[in-house]
Amino acid sequence: MSNVPADLRYTRSHEWIRTLPDGTVEIGITDHAQHALGDLVFVEVPEAGRSLKAGEASAVVESVKAASDVYSPLSGEVTAGNPRLATEPEAVNTDPYGNGWLMRVRPAAASPTEGLMSADDYLKFLETEGG
Amino acid sequence: MAFIPHTPADVEAMLAAIGVPDIQALFDEIPASLRVKSLQGVPTEMNEMQIGRLMSERARADGRPLCFIGAGAYEHHIPAAVWAITTRGEFYSAYTPYQAEASQGTLQLIYEYQTMMASLTGMEVSNASLYDGATGVAEACLMAVRANRKSKSMRILMPRTVNPHYRKVAAATAGNQGLRFEEVAYAPDTGCTALEALQKCAAGEDITAVVIQQPNFFGQLEDVDAITDWAHARGTFVIASVNPTSLALLKPPGEWGTRGADIVVGEGQPLGVPLSSGGPYFGFMTTRMEYVRQMPGRIVGRTVDLSGRPGFTLTLQAREQHIRRAKATSNICTNQGLLMTAATIYLSLMGPVGLERTAAASHAQTRELVAAITAGKGARRAFSGPFFHESVLLLDRPVAPVLATLASRGILGGLDLSEHYPELGHALLVCATETKTQADIDSYVAALADVMQKARAA
Repeated sequence: MSNVPADLRYTRSHEWIRTLPDGTVEIGITDHAQHALGDLVFVEVPEAGRSLKAGEASAVVESVKAASDVYSPLSGEVTAGNPRLATEPEAVNTDPYGNGWLMRVRPAAASPTEGLMSADDYLKFLETEGG
Repeated sequence: MAFIPHTPADVEAMLAAIGVPDIQALFDEIPASLRVKSLQGVPTEMNEMQIGRLMSERARADGRPLCFIGAGAYEHHIPAAVWAITTRGEFYSAYTPYQAEASQGTLQLIYEYQTMMASLTGMEVSNASLYDGATGVAEACLMAVRANRKSKSMRILMPRTVNPHYRKVAAATAGNQGLRFEEVAYAPDTGCTALEALQKCAAGEDITAVVIQQPNFFGQLEDVDAITDWAHARGTFVIASVNPTSLALLKPPGEWGTRGADIVVGEGQPLGVPLSSGGPYFGFMTTRMEYVRQMPGRIVGRTVDLSGRPGFTLTLQAREQHIRRAKATSNICTNQGLLMTAATIYLSLMGPVGLERTAAASHAQTRELVAAITAGKGARRAFSGPFFHESVLLLDRPVAPVLATLASRGILGGLDLSEHYPELGHALLVCATETKTQADIDSYVAALADVMQKARAA
């Protein structure tokens, strides 16, 4: 059973979104996604200042078997890419909701997480996907 | 087993399975206007004996001219063992094989090749080769756009001292992907790219990369240290396009300036590949480890198997087309396996000392040639400053008729630069490698003097 924290929002492409106190959001990939990818060997995160559109490929996670894009769940401007991942890509495997965050984004919309799944919805979605 | 893999019955069955009437129908998407109906001058059939005879006649028509043309492809001595070994059944393939790890010998050879190229260029990592030197420059420009994440402009400074064919191929390959190539003028006295000329292009947006060819197309030596430091000071990548033979004498790109070049490419032909009317050749590419994931092409790595025994494997494949599809890091990923094999054997036989002697002899013979020609009437050097094994001469009359007369005497006297550099006037690019003896040089100089003398008298 995948670990799906109740306080986060989720996407169908297996990203999670955390709203931070300053109004920016933190984005990563879920425990389910890191498990499916296997051991990560390289993570490419976006540069601060880059503007993203919802659905745009914004990071790359590369495991021993595949390289996959991570899609931005919302539009906004990148305030930071996680610098730790340059030397420690395995943080995404060991701590996907903590040290393994990928990027922080200042959202363009006022209520950026609208339309994203709750933890319950994501769990149901994983079941229908056979996850 | 039948020699022909697909019998008419096999073909029928396959067409029926996918519901296509005939093989022609598979090419329907190619418009009729683009199709060649018939090849003119090519007979529908000839037997082996007739073809053998025709080809010998054609080869005879080429003659055995003395070649003083360089301009990107160079006639060097190739030890007989190079192609005797390369064409052994164990190596005789144009590609990295499918199920590559089953061919450990091939992978080990590629690994050795990568080690040699990384060492020769002074860089950390090499791929398993590219299509040729020209596409190598194009791939390096595309790679610089991916790797230089600080730069958004996709502007590439392309000095006019870079091989004109490379510039054309880079524009054709990468121009439609949003890259903008900006030509940089050369200094008329030195035939080199001056910092002031680069500076002029630097106004406005940032610059993603600058290409430096060393030795440049004129054979002249660019101030690579100053250009590299200038580029790095403004966040611009340095792409070095180098002649591999010259690296036995010149500073490797990994040591240019304070930090060294970022991406190194070049034409591998001088390393054991015959001139062969212009191809097939191979390109090489090396870079720093931090950019390896943006490098196109295959890479072989050394590893251990389950029992801890050493072995070789394709590595970093997540960048490649079969995994990344449209987002793969390469445009053309063709690895010129056979030619890379020849180069590896060539380098093993020559060793560092042999390569250095080849480079030194080529340089000495070219100096000799240039000194002897310019000692006569009607020819002088176009540029001042040092050169490697090529130099531009200015004649007192149009070059083409002079070359035609020399060719009729069995001498290929160099490359007429008027097509690519009309501003230079009657300019001739000459080259002599270690294959040219003093007697060869003497006959060229005598023939040239005679041609000039006759023309003067007429």
